[in-house]
Amino acid sequence: MDGFRTLLFKELLRFWKVSFQTVLAPLLTALLYLLIFSHVLEEHVQPYPGVSYTAFLIPGLAMMSMLQNSFANSSSSLIQSKITGNIVFMLLPPLSHAEIFLAYALASVVRGATVGIGVIAVTAGFIELPVKFPLWVLAFALFGSAILGSLGIIAGIWAEKFDQLAAFQNFIIMPLTFLSGVFYSIHSLPPFWQALSHVNPFFYMIDGFRYGFFGASDVAPHLSLAIVGGSFLALSFLTLWLLGTGYKLRQ
Amino acid sequence: MTPAIQVRQVHKRYGSVHALAGVDLEVRQGEFFALLGPNGAGKTTLINTLAGLARADGGSLRVMGHDVVSGYREARRNLGVVPQELVFDPFFSVRETLRIQSGYFGLRRNDAWIDEVMERLDLTSRAGFNMRALSGGMKRRVLVAQALVHKPPVIVLDEPTAGVDVELRQALWNFVKQLNADGHTIVLTTHYLDEAEMLCQRVAMLKQGRVVALDTTQNLVRSVSGRQVRLRLAPDALPPLLEPIRLGSENGTHLLSLADYPELERVMAALREAGSRVLEMEIVQPDLEDVFVQIMRRE
Repeated sequence: MDGFRTLLFKELLRFWKVSFQTVLAPLLTALLYLLIFSHVLEEHVQPYPGVSYTAFLIPGLAMMSMLQNSFANSSSSLIQSKITGNIVFMLLPPLSHAEIFLAYALASVVRGATVGIGVIAVTAGFIELPVKFPLWVLAFALFGSAILGSLGIIAGIWAEKFDQLAAFQNFIIMPLTFLSGVFYSIHSLPPFWQALSHVNPFFYMIDGFRYGFFGASDVAPHLSLAIVGGSFLALSFLTLWLLGTGYKLRQ
Repeated sequence: MTPAIQVRQVHKRYGSVHALAGVDLEVRQGEFFALLGPNGAGKTTLINTLAGLARADGGSLRVMGHDVVSGYREARRNLGVVPQELVFDPFFSVRETLRIQSGYFGLRRNDAWIDEVMERLDLTSRAGFNMRALSGGMKRRVLVAQALVHKPPVIVLDEPTAGVDVELRQALWNFVKQLNADGHTIVLTTHYLDEAEMLCQRVAMLKQGRVVALDTTQNLVRSVSGRQVRLRLAPDALPPLLEPIRLGSENGTHLLSLADYPELERVMAALREAGSRVLEMEIVQPDLEDVFVQIMRRE
């Protein structure tokens, strides 16, 4: 397991060394969203009874930041290593594909969690946020980040150029996160869009995460957990299989 | 004794290119072995399949008896590879790079050896430098150090001296010779055939994915038919009798081919008869480069 520990340590050190860009920048982005949306919508929208729009928005933004940063961590690390060629340093040693998967996924979870905790910690100064079921919060944070960490590994393996990775990010990850109910409760949507939201796995991550804070959600939290947990398992197997075949890594 | 490297009937295709077309090769423990061939002959592909960076389509490869697929952990622990490309991770310093590489092999308290490797490669003063801040030569040294952090018994250097200045080249060879003297098996690819001839006991030549020659350096050099003699004469003109064996003339020197040494006697006799005086004479021994050119032409 020493190889795994070293790879995890290296991945953590990598993003920590550029934390201005990997932690502080996404924190600022989340705060800007919060500032603008809560300013515009606070008076007009009350998603759940007794929950202000700003309070509703904070867990959504925290989760969105977690997801985006988890994805960014593994995907950018892998594509950089592939393009600069230093991926050989990881491929030459006796690391198993399970060790590689675990190290990249866990580093993604840590970066996601760092940004997510940051968003909640900074906004705690402005608004009091209840945490009704902390274990639910934790479960969805972990599964959500791990799913996006795995997706990041897949994208990093698949992409051969930075613009392919950017396409993956802009045409898949961004729409799925923005249309997942970060900024609104899906009950406020027309029926067609409501139905469409139900096939977006990101919706369940955000909805379940929010349930942990308010004890209220658009769908039953157990259903969300089952879907998110199932997605995590499916993606983990896919990632492990890809790493095992050596697809695009070991020619 | 288990061979350091054993390659059996290895095939590798990239689309329609048959990069390795049934390679058989064995490198004994403790050998200093050269893998030669023109660009695209399959040298790097062979190294990549050996190191697990590429997967062979057929055949088997073993490092110190461990199959590179089924026993990949042991095979990789026994192998150190210095890649051809000058690659580095710009996030880390030299020491961090070496510590991380060491950790990948499961060696976490390895600072004494890391210090020694840095010392022997003249990297100690750069230990805290970020990789980006190093010159090309220094980066090359770090690559060598990275391949050695886990003290592998078998070391493969893929064109380590391409684009390297004379001083580093000398230092690198001294270091590698020392490693070989300490018992490490060394496999080297290079386009500088004089280096291979000077350092390596045995040579394999690859062409279009096949081994076209495999022998000791000595035997290969001996196998080249004929020597050459370079002459400067007074008067300058070459006697007509010697025209058939003339290879060329340049700035008043003539280059003649000799099938064997006794033929030199016949050359001297012809010169005496024509009244030519020998001002300078040099016997030119064939070298590995001649062998290489001959074999590559023949195949």
